[in-house]
Amino acid sequence: MSKPVFVYVTYIASTPEKVFKALTDSDATAKFWFGNAVTSDWKVGSQVTFHREGKLIVSGKVLEHDAPRRLSYTFQSHHEPHNGTEKPSRVVMDLEQQRDQVKLTVTHDDFAPDSKVFVSISNGWPLVLSSLKSYLEANRVLYAPWYEERAKREAEKAAS
Amino acid sequence: MTVRFTPKTVYVTYIAAAPERVWQALTTPELTQKYFWDRAIELEPKAGGAFALRLPDGRVNVQGAVVDYDPPRKLSVTWGVRWPEEFSKLPECLVTYDIARAGKPVRLTMTESHSWDVPEAILSGGRIGWPAVLSGLKSLLETGKPLAIEMDPPREMIEAIKNLK
Repeated sequence: MSKPVFVYVTYIASTPEKVFKALTDSDATAKFWFGNAVTSDWKVGSQVTFHREGKLIVSGKVLEHDAPRRLSYTFQSHHEPHNGTEKPSRVVMDLEQQRDQVKLTVTHDDFAPDSKVFVSISNGWPLVLSSLKSYLEANRVLYAPWYEERAKREAEKAAS
Repeated sequence: MTVRFTPKTVYVTYIAAAPERVWQALTTPELTQKYFWDRAIELEPKAGGAFALRLPDGRVNVQGAVVDYDPPRKLSVTWGVRWPEEFSKLPECLVTYDIARAGKPVRLTMTESHSWDVPEAILSGGRIGWPAVLSGLKSLLETGKPLAIEMDPPREMIEAIKNLK
């Protein structure tokens, strides 16, 4: 069986510089990535982390930082139910200017055998990248139903 | 004989709009022209009805039949390419749009299904085209402005179609 590769393409009415900044900026990611703030000095080999409400969600290492064309880092999910138990996979983001828009291609591969993270990210990326597009084009963001549903469950549990 | 279609390409996008507005964007000719490279949809609003995408000069680009018509949840059509003429050799595929609320936004899922052992080279057309079409649809609904993406069918697809018997 061939190794799983997730590829997603979206076109955004923006510039490569703005898209690249949004993908690497703590405040911007916190807005469009459902509260997940990225932190890194973006030097090759440096650590990348995503924290949400103080909790580590994703960690990795910078593999490539070629603004505003290409960004790549390893990706280890600390989000439940994975909790950092799977080996890191790899994310590559390619940005290409096309007339008045940017073609953004996200390629996520190099997963552990029978990866459960692969299933999660296949559901996650379309919403993250749809939200990024809304953020840059319409200055609005989308909300992740899985976070909302969990918040609702926790609120119900707290109330009972 | 029943034709069996297998999903080969799936594209998901989330849109800040009501399901009814997404449905309207998919089924209204003045709107499809804005994000689907000037193609106007023609749709008889019932299962078994006629479906087409027409170019501004009157030529038919895609022709088929409505399989599912369930506003604002599901639209499914058979998809036979009539133009460019050499593409009409392709067996028709099935294109399904599913619209579902996912929290506040709407999740739009496009599924392209095929009835034959279709080569990757031929699938490349849809795999390159659908992200452009549906990115434009999302922009149109959220900002009022579609995108202007220029694109030709991939060379590998054109070559593969030439080699079809």
